[in-house]
Amino acid sequence: MTTLPASTEKKLGLAIDLDTCVGCHACVVNCKEWNTSNYGVPLSDEDAYGAEPHGSFLNRVHTFEAQPASGCSQTIHFPKSCLHCEDAPCVTVCPTGASYKRSEDGIVLVNENDCMGCGLCAWACPYGARELDALAGVMKKCTLCVDRIYNENIPEEDRVPACVRTCPAGARHFGDFSDPNSNVSKLVAERGGIDLMPEMGTKPVNKYLPPRPKDVPSDEQLNGQNTEPKGFLAWLDKALEAI
Amino acid sequence: MTDTKVAARPSPKVSDEVRKTTCYMCACRCGINVHLENGKVKYIEGNRDHPVNQGVLCAKGSAGIMQHYAPSRLRTPLKRVGPRGSGEFEEISWDEAYEIAASWLKPIRDTDPSKLAFFTGRDQSQSFTSFWAQAFGTPNYAAHGGFCSVNMAAAGIYTMGGAFWEFGQPDWDRTKLFMIFGVAEDHDSNPIKIGLGKLKSRGGKVIGVNPIRSGYNAVADDWIGITPGTDGLFILSMIHELLKAGKVDLNYLSRYTNAGFLVDANEDSAEYGLFLRDKDGTPQVIDRATGKPAKYDAKGVKPDLAGHIRKGGITYKPAFQLLAEKYLDAQYAPETIAAQCGLTPEKIKATAAELARVAFDEEITLDVEWTDWKGEKHKTMTGRPVSFHAMRGISAHSNGFQTCRALHILQILLGSVEVPGGFRFKPPYPKPPEAHPKPHAGFAAGKPLDGPHLGYPMGPEHLLINEDGSAKRIDKAFTWENPYSAHGLMHMVISNAHAGDPYKIDTLFMYMANMAWNSTMNTTEVIKMLTDTDENGDYVIPHFIYSDAYSSETVAFADLVLPDTTYLERHDCISLLDRPICEAEAAADSIRWPVVEPDRDVKGFQSALCDLGAKLGLPGFVNDDGSQKYADYADYIVSHERRPGVGPLAGFRGPDGDKNGRGEPNPNQLEKYIENGGFWINHIPENAQFYKPWNQHYQDWAVEIGLFDAAAPYVFNLWLEPMRKLQRAAEGHGDIQPPDHLRDRVKATMTPLPEWYEPFEEAQVDKDEYPIHALTQRPMHMYHSWGSQNAWLRQITGVNKLYIPGKIWDEKGFSEDDNWAYVTSTHGKIKCQVARMDALNENTVWTWNAIGKKRGAWALSEDAQEATKGFLLNHLINELLPPKGDGRRWANSDPVTGQAAWFDLRVKIEKAPPNGPSEPAHPAHKSPVGQGPKDIAYGEEF
Repeated sequence: MTTLPASTEKKLGLAIDLDTCVGCHACVVNCKEWNTSNYGVPLSDEDAYGAEPHGSFLNRVHTFEAQPASGCSQTIHFPKSCLHCEDAPCVTVCPTGASYKRSEDGIVLVNENDCMGCGLCAWACPYGARELDALAGVMKKCTLCVDRIYNENIPEEDRVPACVRTCPAGARHFGDFSDPNSNVSKLVAERGGIDLMPEMGTKPVNKYLPPRPKDVPSDEQLNGQNTEPKGFLAWLDKALEAI
Repeated sequence: MTDTKVAARPSPKVSDEVRKTTCYMCACRCGINVHLENGKVKYIEGNRDHPVNQGVLCAKGSAGIMQHYAPSRLRTPLKRVGPRGSGEFEEISWDEAYEIAASWLKPIRDTDPSKLAFFTGRDQSQSFTSFWAQAFGTPNYAAHGGFCSVNMAAAGIYTMGGAFWEFGQPDWDRTKLFMIFGVAEDHDSNPIKIGLGKLKSRGGKVIGVNPIRSGYNAVADDWIGITPGTDGLFILSMIHELLKAGKVDLNYLSRYTNAGFLVDANEDSAEYGLFLRDKDGTPQVIDRATGKPAKYDAKGVKPDLAGHIRKGGITYKPAFQLLAEKYLDAQYAPETIAAQCGLTPEKIKATAAELARVAFDEEITLDVEWTDWKGEKHKTMTGRPVSFHAMRGISAHSNGFQTCRALHILQILLGSVEVPGGFRFKPPYPKPPEAHPKPHAGFAAGKPLDGPHLGYPMGPEHLLINEDGSAKRIDKAFTWENPYSAHGLMHMVISNAHAGDPYKIDTLFMYMANMAWNSTMNTTEVIKMLTDTDENGDYVIPHFIYSDAYSSETVAFADLVLPDTTYLERHDCISLLDRPICEAEAAADSIRWPVVEPDRDVKGFQSALCDLGAKLGLPGFVNDDGSQKYADYADYIVSHERRPGVGPLAGFRGPDGDKNGRGEPNPNQLEKYIENGGFWINHIPENAQFYKPWNQHYQDWAVEIGLFDAAAPYVFNLWLEPMRKLQRAAEGHGDIQPPDHLRDRVKATMTPLPEWYEPFEEAQVDKDEYPIHALTQRPMHMYHSWGSQNAWLRQITGVNKLYIPGKIWDEKGFSEDDNWAYVTSTHGKIKCQVARMDALNENTVWTWNAIGKKRGAWALSEDAQEATKGFLLNHLINELLPPKGDGRRWANSDPVTGQAAWFDLRVKIEKAPPNGPSEPAHPAHKSPVGQGPKDIAYGEEF
């Protein structure tokens, strides 16, 4: 069993805006592209041109429908990757110490050299955020692009996770949640950012910014409202005089 | 164990080198940084300096590595050795390929150039390919606009000098209300997402009008789940409401549109519906100061927009008066039309009221002085912060042209075009219809064509019809069937050539469009047409040359295959002569260049055309001594001049590379572009950034950089006189007359003010038998992305299901385990899987387009999910409407532009026996490139 740090100096993570995510999968593919040739073994693809291809991804977008109590059904795009939990069950369950949470920034990583691919961590993670690479037999997960965010070989403005750098709608924000004045902390405060499945007690660092209310006023509320406009011709004469 | 952990602050080298070029994973043309290590592509990211994508990159762009290294890449020219469709080819050299091509093309050119049909698909080099086609002399050239969004483009040009995407964009930094209609994820992909993000971060509102709540409609604050094909009715009803409320911008209309133009309102007059003109031909308005007719463009004239005058016994009314009379009629009232649109009257009223509130109550003002085309100085710029976008969703109906025009008129009535917070043109637009060429089809043996193929007719006199009424072009563009078909009709070429109607051709030459599969209507029948033989056993379409980079379905049906490069291996120019990458505040163009060299015997298609053009001795492609003029496409890009000083690329011209827009060719121009990140940008001065059609500063700037040669201000067309000219002909006026069987249709559909009519297929089918609308859209991660069956993207969407609303799901008793269905149209039947979706118009079903693949294509295994479970709706859509009993088959296209009416489809659904495969299950062909590897682990070498 592996221990978690009692506290971390920073809490780096993502604030993901569900009001803005259009479900385009840009983050999914750019993540794959960056991570397949950087940190650790490649993210392989089995049966890549065959009947049912399946490979490792560190970030996936799920699309589902939600039917509010009244009004139209809504479609939600929900990007999901490791949430870098403060009480990360994937770390404590690891029998070899390969899974660990960094005390300096809170990032949860897998030391692939020590991973034996037992899969206990994936079983322990309530979010399904870890994927065992079938070809390499080691556990893969989001590293928050640890090899980008401190990387002095890339321009400073690009030292953010690949998914954040590429997101066309600007729905993904990276920052330090331990700093109340950081961009992400402010967004969470303004928009009522939420934890994913808080009942699991994992204390996720990543936060989701919920969709704003939609379809307001609803058809039912509009029903019977009098918005009848009046007076075209009188208006036209008067309006032309004013030009 | 900690010694093998990653360093606290890891800082690995990313790559050896970054090369900046232009993406081509779709038509959006974003700037990309291609990271190379040991000569191999390691990582692709967006270019932060680039005007289009400003650093971001979509899923397609990020999957470029899998496209570039795809096993489906063609490797060498191919000559067919088995029957068409068998996939049996022999690999040949380029010399032999050119010999074969010339042996077919040379005799055609020497005798009858119209026997070549040259259609170039998703070509981004149309100013070059059309130049080649013109030099060859065939009238039969176009790209893919006819089956894409020509209704939007043409309605925009005719109404106001430009439409959405390449023509213009919302003022994303200032707009407060954005309304998006229909399937629109197809064009301007990253800029719209960037814009939505900006708008949302400011608290702005998004209204989505779409039968399907996916993509942008999922994040819309308000979703209007309209019935397909009724958008035009909804828009005209909102116009009714705005007029009734007096919420239109009269100042704007009187200054910048033809609202005041006097129209002959006497039904018995020969000139009924045409403008009153003076002896110089200038349209007349009533001058409010004098009450008398005056030239609309005279200084100080303020036109009246209401009332009438009598002159020579004829009543003339301002166009706006006619518009108001028309749309104030109760037939456009929300109460009348709401049910047909699948909406409530209250919703229509509330939406119109919201547009009006934001446009007029939240007006914005920029303190920027400017001077208008009449010399009047203005202290400020007034903005109406509502903006719109639409693309294929409202275009791909048989009432699409008029619907698109209605949307453009809605924007104009609100005064929100070319103003702060509204819709803004991107250079070289605005450009009114008169400033575009007219279509040409004058051909002769051994001669170039007499002018450009495509253009904007202004009346019957510009149609391309012979004296006997027959079409001059193989696709019947610019005929009475579709008079203003500005982009041609690529989707009709194979069926017309097969039918020999209007005439037979010898060689079909196509590029970059999968016309034997997902880019065609009626896929199964088109395959039969391509393989059909005559009584001698010869193919009915004798020769078929196709150029593609990948082993697409269409490759298998070609006689000769010219292998194109991937987008990272080629030269291209995204040119101001064509479809550039400009922004509302800048002119810009860009290049592609070989950031990696091809490792196969392939050639950029445009370079192959330079070789072939020289071999055929085409004018413009040979020097005076007969030698080849352009060594390759890069040579053409740098050296060609369309007008003196104006060439394919506007940047870094002149011997020192310091001239913008106009200047002598610069032999080092491409190097300059590469140094600058692959693009060139020239900003519009601040006082020229809005009101472009009427802004003196803009007009002067445009002349200076060579967009046009003299200032050309114009007004927007509420009343579209060129449409009325067609109607007049149908009423019997003039020498050029439509055939009798089309008269009523021309009268009904070519209205000078937008009219809504029921889509043709819908009007014709038994609605009880086929009660359901069926639509398609491409997933955002695949839109406009052709080729390769990308190993990463096919994991996101490799199987499509037909999404059906809960009502139909329950009615038919489908369940998760019992979800196979037969879907039937008047034309065909398919078998596919269905899935429930409730965020959907209750009479509409839809699926992801172009997921289904033919066995044997794309280097996939024959049991690939795309072939066994994926499917196409194309099999259900005929290029012709069902027979009407008059012995004629009418095209399933818009009657104005000929745009393919993909979205008019009506179907019925029944349960089918469980289990696949999806049907029709076309048999496999032999893969010309073998099959891709089983497992991959890209990046292990880095």
